[in-house]
Amino acid sequence: MTTIPPPFSSPPPGALRLELTGITKRYPSVVANDGVQLKVAPGEIHAVLGENGAGKSTLMKIIYGAVQADAGQIQWNGREVVIANPSEARRLGIGMVFQHFSLFETLTVVENIALALDEPFDLKRLAERVREVSTRYGLPLDPDRLVHSLSVGERQRVEIVRCLLQEPQLLILDEPTSVLTPQAVQKLFETLRRLAAEGVSILYISHKLHEIQSLCHSATVMRGGKVTGTATPSQETPASLARMMIGRELPVCEVPAYTGEALPVLTVSKLSMIPDDPFGTQLKDIDLEVRRGEILGIAGISGNGQAELLAALSGEAPGRAEAVKLVGLPVGHLDAGKRRKRGLAFVPEERLGRGAVPPMSLADNATLSAHAQGLVKKGFLRPKAAWEFAKTCIQRFDVRCGGPGAAARSLSGGNLQKFIVGREIMQKPIAMVVAQPTWGVDVGAAAFLRQTLIDLSRSGVAILVVSEELEELFEICDRIAVLAEGRLGPAVPKAHTNAEKIGMQMSGLFTSATDREPDHAAA
Amino acid sequence: MPLLEPRPTPSAQMRLWSPLIAIGLTLLVGSLLFLSLGKDPIEAFGVFFIQPLSSGNGWSELMVKAGPLILIAQGLAIGFRARIYNIGAEGQLIAGALAGGGVAIACDGIDAWWVLPLMVVAGAIGGALWGAIPALLRTRFNAQETLTTLMLAYVASFALSYMVNGPWRDPEGMNFPQSIMFGDPALFSPWFEGMRVNASILIAAVASVGFWIFTSRSFLAYQLTVGGLAPAAARYAGFSADRTVWISLLLSGLTAGIAGVGEVAGPVGQLNLNISPGYGFAAIIVAYLGRLNAIGIVLAGLLMALLYLGGEAAQVALQLPAAITGLFQGMLLFFLLGADVFVDYRLRPRPKPVIA
Repeated sequence: MTTIPPPFSSPPPGALRLELTGITKRYPSVVANDGVQLKVAPGEIHAVLGENGAGKSTLMKIIYGAVQADAGQIQWNGREVVIANPSEARRLGIGMVFQHFSLFETLTVVENIALALDEPFDLKRLAERVREVSTRYGLPLDPDRLVHSLSVGERQRVEIVRCLLQEPQLLILDEPTSVLTPQAVQKLFETLRRLAAEGVSILYISHKLHEIQSLCHSATVMRGGKVTGTATPSQETPASLARMMIGRELPVCEVPAYTGEALPVLTVSKLSMIPDDPFGTQLKDIDLEVRRGEILGIAGISGNGQAELLAALSGEAPGRAEAVKLVGLPVGHLDAGKRRKRGLAFVPEERLGRGAVPPMSLADNATLSAHAQGLVKKGFLRPKAAWEFAKTCIQRFDVRCGGPGAAARSLSGGNLQKFIVGREIMQKPIAMVVAQPTWGVDVGAAAFLRQTLIDLSRSGVAILVVSEELEELFEICDRIAVLAEGRLGPAVPKAHTNAEKIGMQMSGLFTSATDREPDHAAA
Repeated sequence: MPLLEPRPTPSAQMRLWSPLIAIGLTLLVGSLLFLSLGKDPIEAFGVFFIQPLSSGNGWSELMVKAGPLILIAQGLAIGFRARIYNIGAEGQLIAGALAGGGVAIACDGIDAWWVLPLMVVAGAIGGALWGAIPALLRTRFNAQETLTTLMLAYVASFALSYMVNGPWRDPEGMNFPQSIMFGDPALFSPWFEGMRVNASILIAAVASVGFWIFTSRSFLAYQLTVGGLAPAAARYAGFSADRTVWISLLLSGLTAGIAGVGEVAGPVGQLNLNISPGYGFAAIIVAYLGRLNAIGIVLAGLLMALLYLGGEAAQVALQLPAAITGLFQGMLLFFLLGADVFVDYRLRPRPKPVIA
């Protein structure tokens, strides 16, 4: 692809907020950054675009001082600096909002903010400033509320406000929208645009092409640790950006029609559950039905009962027998192993530590859930059978790894996910529950996984997918329901709904959204 | 700011080296200790590590001491792999000794081949039952086994004291807190004239082979290991966490109980207050020093036994206090844990100041 010069590519020297030249960072097995160049002007919203493992996060950590580059220069407002640690970065005026929040749930908003300050503070005055800054940027926050009572979007606001209090000149946001409803994304964008108008530069890390197109002035695209080009997103198409990002065409899923009989396989009725975790979400009267040959999608922001629902479905948190039925038989009281024996496969959100044992080999990890497939005989392991099983899985599902002997933790997220999905499919389930199938997975692997799930459903398996990515649900699902505050909305055929309606339901506006739901109501 | 940060990929090789590093550091600090006591370190180490092995009887004693250490450590290692920390094997050893000793006392005067096997079985059951109590408390009330097993070790010790001071006291024992001397049918007979090594070492050897097969081949041990490495993955796979607790504590109680019988039916020959020189606690060190691996535990058990012997020799030849054995055990564990910390973590480098 040709490189289109961004509008901010050549301001007079010294006017750049941040300029990186030749940044290189080597890890023992991989070169995470290889001679990276990056230029950000004051007031510019600059996207850093790339797949997982492209080196975006390492680059941001270098800018934020959390990682030291092996080579290369950092120019900050025209002078060369060495950023030794994050507090040094904050002193220079660099703020960062992480993908995963670091907040204490039992403390209030203002206490959490105070903890992150480098200088002494007065809690009352600080609360005033929090209120002032948060209203100024359209991020309403009550400083005295306890963090555990905040929604995920509100928690992100705490993180952003925490950065803004330091009056940064550069704000780094790492995949900030993965936890937000479509409406909240729009609000966040307004805030970011206002900040940019005041001269704050913004580095926006994402792999969501349409967001980058609507928000960012310019983009630096990375692949395999190198910059593959810079672009003006508004002048590109998602396809052309994707080509720069993955080096080939954006793969598209094929969704054939299911011709078999759509009998119900997995049924949930009146499932209510009080979580063990005091900060968990209570499930309230959940009803759902997944049929043969379909993919049912459950949309919603994590923390609205997703974890609890998944554990109740998989058997990790057993409950009332009648609440969960598999082909009409009650299984709600059975543990995960017994449900798997009856044909219910599960792919959890956490691949390392739940779906797979990190230090164990793939062959040993095959035994984890597929031991009933002849990998154990009379109480003894059959290492050769496990090795063969893993090998077949690796070949069939295109898992890139060092072979069946490779430790699970040595695989990239996408490849481990392919292995886990493959391992579950090879057990020939009749129903499969999948959580966040492509979370943290690169575009190529994501397309492969989605197509695999579609094909599996069309072979007559009932599939339930829980995902935060709306586009993904619209791409692969037949029906979509929204889980918000522990309640599940009705499953609607995807042709009868859209991102906006689902976004309304995600915010917990169930009644109003469902009232408006029928198609004839518009008249 | 913490001084340690986790290493991205802990080295598997260093994990095997760390026991050797710990042994090296123990020797180093040990020499400093000897120097400060005015002893020649080389001579002292000769007394400690070489002299005990210079006679047939020395090797016999090594086996006598290594047997129970290895046997108990094999059982403990199963639980440690599953992160079930039974640190009260000493109590289970005493419970096993009481059960086995009870059989011996009850069968006194009966000359039959089955007395000794019955004692071993009784000891196994006694130790396992003593391990079952913390298992029940853990699965039922979520009471941490680390605390309950240790506390029960004291209970067992007082129970033993009560029995040898009360119901089972030898009427002709001049009021010493000890039971009758067991008859020949209730004793492991020594293999060689004048030496104490006997068939109980075979139990440890067979158990080591058994545990080696169990840990490397059985699905059950696999489940326990998964439970220790990744509890969420065990739940995901449907492996029962309660079963892990039960198996870990029953197995380690069982081996400790058998070891207890090995003592009272072997070198001790009766029930008294000195049936174990802390084998149950030392076995914890043996299990970790052997990397929770069945073969490693055999080697570590031999080393620990040598420490016991060397400690005794040092008391005689160098007039050092009896505490020297405990001191060396303590140093070994301390350096081992320290070395293990640095396998998983590294010192955080001091950040360089900004040049601007």
